[in-house]
This record gives sequence, structure tokens and C-alpha cells, in this order.
Amino acid sequence: MKIIKKAQCGSLESSDLMIYIEPSDGVKIEVESSISQLHNKEIEYLVIEELKARNIDKVYIKIHDSGAMNLTIKARLKTVLNRGIKNEDQA
Amino acid sequence: MKNKLGIDIPKFVEGLGNLKPYKGPFNRIRKVSKEEITQVPTKIRSSLPGRKKLINSLEKVIELSGLKNGDTISFHHHLRNGDHLLMKVMKTLDKMGFKDLTIFSSSLTSAHQNLYEYVENGVIKRIFTSGLRGELGKFVSRGKMDIPVIIRSHGGRARAIKTGEVKIDVAFIGAPSSDKEGNLNGVRGPSACGSLGYAMVDAKYANCTIAITDHLVEYPNTPISIPQYEIDYIVKIDRIGDPDKIGSGSTRLTKNPVDLVIAENAAKAILYSGYFGQGMSFQTGAGGASLATAKYLADIMEKKQVVGSYAIGGISSYMIDLYKRGLFKKMFDVQSFDKGVVSSLLNNDDHIEISADFYANPFNSGAIINDLDIVVLAAYEIDTDFNVNVLVDSHGYAQGASGGHSDTSAGAKLTVIVAPSFRARIPTVVDKVNTIITPGETVDILVTERGIAINPRRKDLIENLKSKGLPIRDIHDLRKKVELITNNPKMAEYSDKVCGFIEYRDGTILDTIKQVVEKY
Repeated sequence: MKIIKKAQCGSLESSDLMIYIEPSDGVKIEVESSISQLHNKEIEYLVIEELKARNIDKVYIKIHDSGAMNLTIKARLKTVLNRGIKNEDQA
Repeated sequence: MKNKLGIDIPKFVEGLGNLKPYKGPFNRIRKVSKEEITQVPTKIRSSLPGRKKLINSLEKVIELSGLKNGDTISFHHHLRNGDHLLMKVMKTLDKMGFKDLTIFSSSLTSAHQNLYEYVENGVIKRIFTSGLRGELGKFVSRGKMDIPVIIRSHGGRARAIKTGEVKIDVAFIGAPSSDKEGNLNGVRGPSACGSLGYAMVDAKYANCTIAITDHLVEYPNTPISIPQYEIDYIVKIDRIGDPDKIGSGSTRLTKNPVDLVIAENAAKAILYSGYFGQGMSFQTGAGGASLATAKYLADIMEKKQVVGSYAIGGISSYMIDLYKRGLFKKMFDVQSFDKGVVSSLLNNDDHIEISADFYANPFNSGAIINDLDIVVLAAYEIDTDFNVNVLVDSHGYAQGASGGHSDTSAGAKLTVIVAPSFRARIPTVVDKVNTIITPGETVDILVTERGIAINPRRKDLIENLKSKGLPIRDIHDLRKKVELITNNPKMAEYSDKVCGFIEYRDGTILDTIKQVVEKY
């Protein structure tokens, strides 16, 4: 799958996260957390798994985490990627 | 040596002296009369007729106070995040070249986070406080103090002053209003903060007291919270603080659905606990779930036509609303939690200003909290032995305050902890808390959105609360449930270095603050 446009999803509320994506030459992931940097690696891992599952290898992803649970992270990821692969008229 | 909670406490610490291990919440209180310690004699101060106390500059008054290097200076934190005074005094002391001072404040807030700069340049050697926040808390947790800090509860601080464990050389008292002789109150003037409860103890026992005011009024200034015979000098400065910043946030009720579920269940648990009834006394914190519990409890009280005796503690505008609804007859106020409380303290005879000694000191003939029926408190963490941490955050940094938490838990017949079971992936119910502020022996019920856990020591509560439709769980089950959701997050790691000691209200050592290992 190909990311064809910028997209974002989520919020900066506690227990949520904000994800921003845009097309890129390769995979680049930036994770930042206001709650706990202890979870950055785990979040990165979830992102990589999801990208692999969807066969996406060209995307820049920036995440601002405010202590989201794994299921929230997965849900937000799916949504933002869905937004990024759609054309305006498809959406 | 190990204390009763199994925590290793050194016998002696350079710069702090001999330490006593914690042996249980009431162990030392029961036996203290046999220790034959006396209330410390306070240096006699005198004043000739016609002596002028009003001094025109901070530098001059510090000179007159006789302050020396290595002395202990005290402050009070009623202006909380809006306090300007402490940093202003420190700046002056630094300019005058003072070194090795001990800061003994009733607490330190984010307004004081830059104090670490004065530790770095040698002006401050020791810090004794109830709380640490912001950069100062990180500084302490990084192990940058040569001498560990001591964290005391509000009652414990009053005790340490009265017994002379901490001798105050000079007390700097922020006075929202004063006259030329030093009659002080906190209810008039542009920086009015309400109660002066913590400063009252300092004024009585310090070797020298300096009232610093931004509102000098015609003699005599009334009401008199701190009397002129306890004040040596008065100095007028532009501004001692900003009372708009006292309240940590909004005094409106939370809309957070998790907090509301917790509060509703907590109120129900109180209703069936056996302590709900005519004439009950009550204290609650100002946090979201704590205040919301008061709201649900108030609704139940109204429905059942129950009138409480008194509300105590930090008094917030919300507690004043409950008083106005006729739900409590009196309010005891050691610290006013927002600006809105000030006019009530000034105008309402049922709203009574009390000192920290009167409030919670275990070593007097009866602090008010000894008679308290119900207290509702928050927690950063609570472990399966019901030990509570309200000081060290999930990163391992000291970012909170002991306050009256352990005092009221020990005094109250029913101690209810209200907390979400996890916050932003970090579990609240854990195997072992980062630092114990309040021993589990004095905690009775934990209310979370995922269930209520009752301390197994309280057989009466287990009996009273069963078959009432409340989600009662074993605390171990609750912890496991939370762990499944939060998926065992990585927690802070510590080195062996001790950065601070948690002193229990009776003067024994409960726990330590350990040095955080920073990996990023």
C-alpha cells in the first residue's frame, strides 16, 4: 500500500496519542511522549508491525503520545493509515 | 537497620544526625511520654517601649535578625504557586553572601523550583519540606544534594518545631496584611491567601521572626492570626505573591467520567461504612475525584437529612458551598485552597483558622484530626499492603507532597483513597510503591473505577460493605486486572544512593527517596 498524502489522527488528551503521517522515501518513525519515554520502544514496535502487515515502506510517521494504551495506539494507527492511502474523492 | 516496613534505614546520616526507624503508626506516640522530651525552650525576646519594628529594606532586616551562615530559615507556602516571597528572600540572601543555609518551608511548589540554583552555588545546604516539584524535585531525585532532603507531613513539621528537632533561627513570614507592630492576618490586602496556619507555628518557636508584607495597615490590624508579640521585625515590599495562583486548578467539579464513577462508588462506600451519620466530621483533598466524592456525599447527606459536625483541612470554595447548604456546621482551615475562601474566613465565625499544630501534630494533647471521622484522599500509587505514595511520580522523580496525607490517615476513623486504577498506561495499584508516604496500616478503603478494595485489617468494614451492590475486590485481584490492561510497563530504575528521607509524623523514618537512573 502507498501513502499518498498527509494525514493525522488522535488528540493530545491524556491516555491518547496524536499521529501524523506523510509520504516519504523510506520508513521514518519519530515518537515523543509527554507522559513516559519508557514506552517509546513499544510504540515503535507496534508501528513497525502495522506497517509490515500492510506492506507500507515509504512513510514518515510522527507520534506524540500521552500515555495511550496499546489498543488505542493500534486503532489510531489503522485510522491514520487509512486516511493517508485514500484520495480525496474516495474519502 | 530495617524499619517495620522492611526498608533499610541508616542509623546515622552526616548532616542529619541519628535516625529512628518507623515501628508502626502509633508506636512512638504511645510511648513518647516516657522519652521525657520537652517542648523546646524558645529564646526570650524582649522589646522596649517605643521600639520601632518597621524596617525599610529586606537587607537591613536580615542584618538585624542576626542570621549566620549555616542557620535554618523557615517559610510557609500558603500562596502556593503564586508565592513570590521565598525566591525574593533567597535572592537577597545570595547577594548578601550567605552560605550553607537550611531551608525549612512548610512546602515547596513549582514557584520554588529554581531553588536548586542556590544549592548549586552553596547558599543552601539542606532542604526540609513537605513537597518538591518541577526542576527542584528532579534535582533532588538525581542525587544532587550532598545531604538528603527530609520530607515531613504538616503535623510532623509542627512536631519537629515544638520538640526542637528543627530549630528555626529566622522565620520569614509572608503577611498579606500587617500593622506597624506585626499583628498579621491572611484575609486582607492584595495578596490575601486566607489561613496562615503553617506560619503560626513558626512565629511561636523561631528565634527571630520577620513579617514581610505588601499591605501595611493602620494599627491595630484585625483579625489577629499571628500576634505582634511573636513578630520581631516588619518589612514592606511591593508584592509577596499572586493569590490567583493559589488554586492549582479549577474549583469546579470534574467532568471526567472515570473520576465520577470513582466518586459515586466512594460516596456509597462511605454511606454504608458505619461512619456516615449525624455529626460526622469530614476532610477531602482538592483533587478531581476527591472533590467529586464530596459532591456525591453531599447529595446523599441532603437526601437523608444528615448534618455533619465540621469539615477540616485545606478548605476550598467547594467546601464553603457545602457549609452554605447547611451540610456542615463548622470549617477548620489550616490552608485555604483558593482565593474564594478568603472572604468566608474573614466574615464567617463558623470558619475557623487553625495552626498546623492544632490540625495534626501527634505530640500535643489532641490535634483535630484525632477526632476526624472520614477522610478522602488521592494517591499516585497504592500497593497491595495499602501503602500510599503521593510524592514520587512514575519517572521516579519527587514531584508531589506529603501534606496532611499521613496525618489524616492516622487520625481518621475511615480513610478512603480515591484513584483511577491506572493513569495514562501507568498502573496506580502496584506490587510495591516507589516511596511510602502513608503506611497501609492507616488506610482503609481503596476506590477505583474497576472496583473497591478493603484493607483486610478492617473486618468491620468488610462486614458493613458486603451485599450492598458495591464492586468489592481483593486488592491483589485488582492489581492483576490492572496489570493485564497496562501490560507491565517499564518503571523507573533507581541506584542505591539515598536522596531523601520520608519522615513519618512521629519523627521516625518511613522510607527513602532513591536516586533515579536516567537512561535517555
